[in-house]
Amino acid sequence: MHELSIIANLFKILEEKSAEKNAVQITAVYLKVGVLSGAVPELLQTSFDMYKKDTLASRAVLHTERVPLKTECEDCQAVTTKDDFIFICSRCGSSRLKTLSGTELLLEKIDMDVE
Amino acid sequence: MEQKEVLVLEDLLGSNNKIAAEIRAKLTGRGILPINLMSSPGSGKTTLLERLSEHLHPKYKMAVIEGDIETERDAERIRAKGIPAWQITTGGACHLEAKMVGRLFPKIPPDLNFLFIENVGNLVCPASYDLGESIRCLLLSTPEGDDKPKKYPKAFTTADCLVITKSDLVPPLPFNIERAQQEAREMNPSLQHFVTSAVRDTGIDTLAAYLIAQLERIRHPNA
Repeated sequence: MHELSIIANLFKILEEKSAEKNAVQITAVYLKVGVLSGAVPELLQTSFDMYKKDTLASRAVLHTERVPLKTECEDCQAVTTKDDFIFICSRCGSSRLKTLSGTELLLEKIDMDVE
Repeated sequence: MEQKEVLVLEDLLGSNNKIAAEIRAKLTGRGILPINLMSSPGSGKTTLLERLSEHLHPKYKMAVIEGDIETERDAERIRAKGIPAWQITTGGACHLEAKMVGRLFPKIPPDLNFLFIENVGNLVCPASYDLGESIRCLLLSTPEGDDKPKKYPKAFTTADCLVITKSDLVPPLPFNIERAQQEAREMNPSLQHFVTSAVRDTGIDTLAAYLIAQLERIRHPNA
């Protein structure tokens, strides 16, 4: 369970951004969580709810968008959304696949009330 | 008061990745190959290091950073081999982070060849944290079963090499080495494969040769 450590880092960024924008309250936080990010949305949610108490985000809602694994074959250029983790092109059998998305763990945006 | 939407697009592991990149640049710049060892508890990381030291030391200088939740036990075992070792006890945390490795930086001798970082025994959380390694080495021991790769996608898709340990236990264990390697290969086609037994001292020489070749690569990047 390393999600708490990720959320602790998220709150560092939230603090910076809310100071920068003079926020009085954070109302929503949007994350993009790749299926190969190594983080579990449910545990991020639990950690967020634990962490947010007594912060500007105490009433904020966390939205996590699960991002599927998408690859592009460097030989036949086929772009595939994968529901397994097999890095072999399902069209031409090549193993030269480039990952387009699915490994990210991003803070996408923050909704806040500002002065 | 107004409502505002602030677009950020920031990597939540970005601060860790930044420290890791600095560690990697500093170490490889000095000609030191950093290796992150990851596996479940009890798969033989420390034993593999003890054996590897017999193949590398004293021709090559190695040191070990040991990550555990508690105790100095692993570091003591490595020191008993005449190898410098530093223990990081995470006090409960399930993985090492780059900043923990960074704190040990002043202790790392400049004339080192290999810096092994033995991660906390866990195939899940450590996989998300770059520690500044050049080689991510995954261990899978035969008692764990040959069906593990698909269960731990992050670890298996991000590793550079897979070391199957305790091969002397097959048989009697029904572990199918070819099956485990094939499954891992599908997930990570560029993965390098090794099969070792620390008890019989088999396969360790091949792994040592691979690490020496990787060391040469960072020492002579344009060769």
